[in-house]
Amino acid sequence: MELLLVIIIGLLYAAGIYMMLRRSLVKLIIGLILLGNGANLLIFLLGKIVKGEPPIIGPNEKMLGEIYADPVPQALILTAIVISFGLQAFAIILIKRAYKVVKTDDLDEMYATDEDL
Amino acid sequence: MSNPYIVLPVIFQLFVAVTLMFSWTNKNLQKLISVVGSLIALLISISLLIKVNQEGIQTMQAGGWIAPFGITFVADTFSALLVLLTAISGLAVSVFSVGSIRNARVRFGYFPILHLLIMGLSGAFLTGDIFNLYVWFEIIIISSFVLITIGGEKAQLEGAIKYVAMNLLASVVFLTAIAILYGLTGSLNMADLSLQVAKVENRGLVNVTAILFLVGFGIKSAVFPLYFWLPASYHTPPPAISAIFGGLLTKVGVYAMLRVFTLIFVPDTFLSSVITVMAMLTIFSGGVGALMQNNIRKVFSYLIICHIGFMLAGLGIYSTLALAGAVFYLVHDIVVKTNLFMVSGLIFKIKGTYSMRLLGGFYKEQPLMSLLMAIPLFSLVGIPPLSGFWGKLLLIQGAMDSSNILLIGFILLGSFLTLFIIAKLWSEVFWKDPQILPKKEHIKYFDELKPLKKRAMLASVVFLSILSLGIGFGAEWVMRIAMTVAENLMDPSAYIQAVLGT
Repeated sequence: MELLLVIIIGLLYAAGIYMMLRRSLVKLIIGLILLGNGANLLIFLLGKIVKGEPPIIGPNEKMLGEIYADPVPQALILTAIVISFGLQAFAIILIKRAYKVVKTDDLDEMYATDEDL
Repeated sequence: MSNPYIVLPVIFQLFVAVTLMFSWTNKNLQKLISVVGSLIALLISISLLIKVNQEGIQTMQAGGWIAPFGITFVADTFSALLVLLTAISGLAVSVFSVGSIRNARVRFGYFPILHLLIMGLSGAFLTGDIFNLYVWFEIIIISSFVLITIGGEKAQLEGAIKYVAMNLLASVVFLTAIAILYGLTGSLNMADLSLQVAKVENRGLVNVTAILFLVGFGIKSAVFPLYFWLPASYHTPPPAISAIFGGLLTKVGVYAMLRVFTLIFVPDTFLSSVITVMAMLTIFSGGVGALMQNNIRKVFSYLIICHIGFMLAGLGIYSTLALAGAVFYLVHDIVVKTNLFMVSGLIFKIKGTYSMRLLGGFYKEQPLMSLLMAIPLFSLVGIPPLSGFWGKLLLIQGAMDSSNILLIGFILLGSFLTLFIIAKLWSEVFWKDPQILPKKEHIKYFDELKPLKKRAMLASVVFLSILSLGIGFGAEWVMRIAMTVAENLMDPSAYIQAVLGT
């Protein structure tokens, strides 16, 4: 399971960075989404994966048993997913607006900010 | 010492933002609420700094979860100082916006977003939890995305795309670093991390994580190989928005670096030499970049980069004196850069252009206002006894003590480049013979504005100019605070004890 996740995370990072390096705006956003998912999986992986051991203290016990799944990474991932969802929604609207105004999808064509007034 | 009121600067800004949303349709009421709210926020943060100075580090454990399990908020002198500076910049920009922001932008929620941005900044300065810092960073960037695009002009959207892409990338790198750090130590509390990271045996992995943090914060604070988004975007939004960006957004990256690289990762020789080299190249490329520009706002954008290098140099030298220099420079830079972008806004409102080639004769037409503008410009250069001088003095002393001659050379080069650029800007904009500029239809010129708006714009520039004169002439007090901050950064045991209570 860990090995599979490691490979998937590597692929997600690689694909994300590759997509970001393309000139198209849409691919830029896709790259960012892939990278974000890679990072979320990385948190999950590094939080030590444990199968079927919820972190719940039983009614007759005072503390957790020996092995339990760490709930913190899941909380972190949930937060990160919500945040990246919001940011990606904004970014998608932004590229749509930019496409309407600049009339191109090509990042190389966007040089108005470098022009000398 | 536990004190639940330290989150008040954050909560209060949220309260102001929500109140502003309830008066969405009433523009004048929004302006009033924003200015009054910023004033109260300033008073709150002054009282926080006084309290921290008198009673030592204040902490707040969110939800009553004891550290290191819950989210901790910590106000030490450094945090409280930066919260105060945020409130000062926030007040100045809020007053300036009353005069300079168009009604169309106010209708799209400019003021609520401005206060949410300031809320995010205060939160980032006060938090003591690394993941919580990430969340505050996201609040800051989403607010800044809205501010940079509000109005939707072509240049704004193009600048925004570069800005958004790089900031999202920085967030992912930061998140990756947090993931690895959590995997290494199993903790997110910064004070606890300080103890845990020291215990990790795999130093190679610790260094990799440190470099990931350096890249993440480096993109946000625009250091050498990662700064290209800044001059491509900071000159596109209206001047009030550039002012808050130029004053505070890159500085929050510097704050995070100063915090993380003194508390969690204590720089070894490798890391401090990487930071020093980055600082030197940042100073150089920012200075040389500013030489080439014609748009005054782009000149200031490159100067931001140049001066970020000074603060990074303080971290690279890593001694009490040098860190005090970096903190002093940070204080000076927040005030002056906010002011300079507002000055550029005033020049634009009067002349209708940002181009140095077209501008001219400003001193002849507006002698008093030119003298006012001279204060931030020459403070930036650091002519003694103005505020930019003292920070650099401390930095050079610190570099002397560690006998880093090359770094001293770059700091001096950066200062000379700044002097040259400001002298060029002064002679082009203020002394050159004026040219007849065609009146542009879409610009509302300064003379056509209502007296209240004129006064609002001038008042905020006067306020910050007096403050930077105060920092220059009252350098002893600021230096005492900066030394306290630097001592706490060099020896974080008080911070750790305040948070963990052991």
